[in-house]
Amino acid sequence: MAEATANVERPGRLKEFWFYFRENRGAVFGLWVFLAFLFVAIFAPLIVPHDPSAQFRDHLLQPPAWQEGGDWSFVLGTDALGRDLLSRLLMGARYSFFVGIVVVVVAATGGITVGLLAGFAPKWLDSIIMRIMDVILAFPSLLLALVLVAILGPSLLNAMIAIAIVLQPHYVRLTRASVMSERNKDYVTSARVAGAGRWRMMFITVLPNCLAPIIVQAALSFSTAILDAAALGFLGMGAQPPTPEWGTMLAEAREFILRAWWVVTFPGLAILVTVLAINLMGDGLRDALDPKLKRS
Amino acid sequence: MLNFLLSRLLTFVPTFIGVTLISFSFIRVLPGDPIIVMAGERGMSEERYAELQAQFGFDRPLLVQYWDYMTGVLQGDLGNSFVTKKPVFDEFFALFPATLELSICAMIFAVVLGLPAGVIAAINRGKLFDRTLMSTALVGYSMPIFWWALLMIIVFSGWLGWTPVSGRISLIYFFDDVTGFMLIDSLLSGQKGAFSSAVNHLILPTIVLGTIPLAVIARQTRSAMLEVLSEDYIRTARAKGLPPSRVTYIHALRNALIPVVTVIGLLVGTLLAGAILTETIFSWPGIGKWMVDSIYRRDYPVVQGGLLLIAVMVMIVNLTVDVLYGFINPKIRKS
Repeated sequence: MAEATANVERPGRLKEFWFYFRENRGAVFGLWVFLAFLFVAIFAPLIVPHDPSAQFRDHLLQPPAWQEGGDWSFVLGTDALGRDLLSRLLMGARYSFFVGIVVVVVAATGGITVGLLAGFAPKWLDSIIMRIMDVILAFPSLLLALVLVAILGPSLLNAMIAIAIVLQPHYVRLTRASVMSERNKDYVTSARVAGAGRWRMMFITVLPNCLAPIIVQAALSFSTAILDAAALGFLGMGAQPPTPEWGTMLAEAREFILRAWWVVTFPGLAILVTVLAINLMGDGLRDALDPKLKRS
Repeated sequence: MLNFLLSRLLTFVPTFIGVTLISFSFIRVLPGDPIIVMAGERGMSEERYAELQAQFGFDRPLLVQYWDYMTGVLQGDLGNSFVTKKPVFDEFFALFPATLELSICAMIFAVVLGLPAGVIAAINRGKLFDRTLMSTALVGYSMPIFWWALLMIIVFSGWLGWTPVSGRISLIYFFDDVTGFMLIDSLLSGQKGAFSSAVNHLILPTIVLGTIPLAVIARQTRSAMLEVLSEDYIRTARAKGLPPSRVTYIHALRNALIPVVTVIGLLVGTLLAGAILTETIFSWPGIGKWMVDSIYRRDYPVVQGGLLLIAVMVMIVNLTVDVLYGFINPKIRKS
């Protein structure tokens, strides 16, 4: 009898989350790939077979090891300057991960704060904030980022700033919408009656209950950030050569496209796999965190 | 309905002013002096510098400059390009048909494949077919399209030699611009082979630009269909013995299309952003390539004017979608 009652108890939040997340096999797969990507990003300098900027002048545009003319000391071949492609790709994971983290943290912190403000602010301030966000959203994101980088000067840091600015309105809208639907609930009223101050209401009472969609958005904008940074790099407006950033590598490889397929194929594949893994994870997160879709 | 229309139009005005403010401040927050950039390597005398400054109005108070800028904008005067000296407004609309043609083709590609894919996936929910289709859609959604374009070029232009690598039509054909749409103009010219050359040039850019919209539409259609298929009225329709195909395509699809149409409208921004990359890679002479080239050349009036015009285009499309949505769905209109 006692055992049966113990079983009925509600599982912990994390355990419950994992229970639902695990059901989505794609999401679990995405998580593993993401963890591998994270591992590579952290330990890249220790696991690269060669120095990513070392030029092996006797091995220019060498094909991958399994192709004729390949060499197992350069598994994925070399680029036009004789640099080892695998080492550059592994190092590139660092830049992409860095871009993703910084952009998401900056855009989410700014966006959540502004969104909370808009949700709690008087109507006139709320409309001003939302109109400003509408203005930013009126520009195609990549174009606005491109122009911002043109103003700030092309570099990886400026590309990250530009992408964070462009992504931020999504967080503002999302946070504000959640705040609006939470604001009139009983627990908020009771907190107000109990004498909670404005800041406490915003960040401690309401914010934790708005987090689910924001977490999903964070995962999705992590992949958008990586894609956009690579696109800017590809257009010559992001990381500058010889940085082994994946988009920049693609831009450098463009002229060899019909002579050496590997210099074009692998950097793009790295972007695709990373972005895909994160999007798979994002889908799983959404299913696990969205109570509407939960089967009870 | 009129109230709804007016309220939507009213939100358009402050956004438009905001957009002009951003494009106005763009040239003024640039590090470095646009006039010196314009002079190039040769430099210029101090008198000429002062003269140009007066010509562009940079010596006057910001508020006055903004007022002048706004009066210009409202009359379609966006200044002249530093490089070609032609009005930005005219250049934009000379190149716009190329982008429009590519975007329309990409959108048709995406809708024609994406809608049926989403419907079929929804009907076969959870089966192998559904899972394969949705995994493919997620791959498409995650695609770095600049890489996708290069891969297409390697395979279809390099290895198979089926399609050309760049441009809108083979250089051997010459005819006048009538509509600005190469497909129509090449047909009108009556020259043998011109039309098929134009089609050949369009195929790869269309696929590349249409890939992400295709994935988004397929995913959106599937989830909208699933939602609608679980509604009571569908069960009623089935219960009264209507054939399954009629229930799916007439009863369910019509309602499922509402969110899909909205998404299609919102994809216009994505298309324009994608056009920047696609046009650059395929040397497609449209707005996207023009903007990127102008950024490289520091042709600031073009960047400024193009930014404004593109934003206004996106805003008009969004407004139209919004109004249409309210038109289709009375629930939105009343709230």
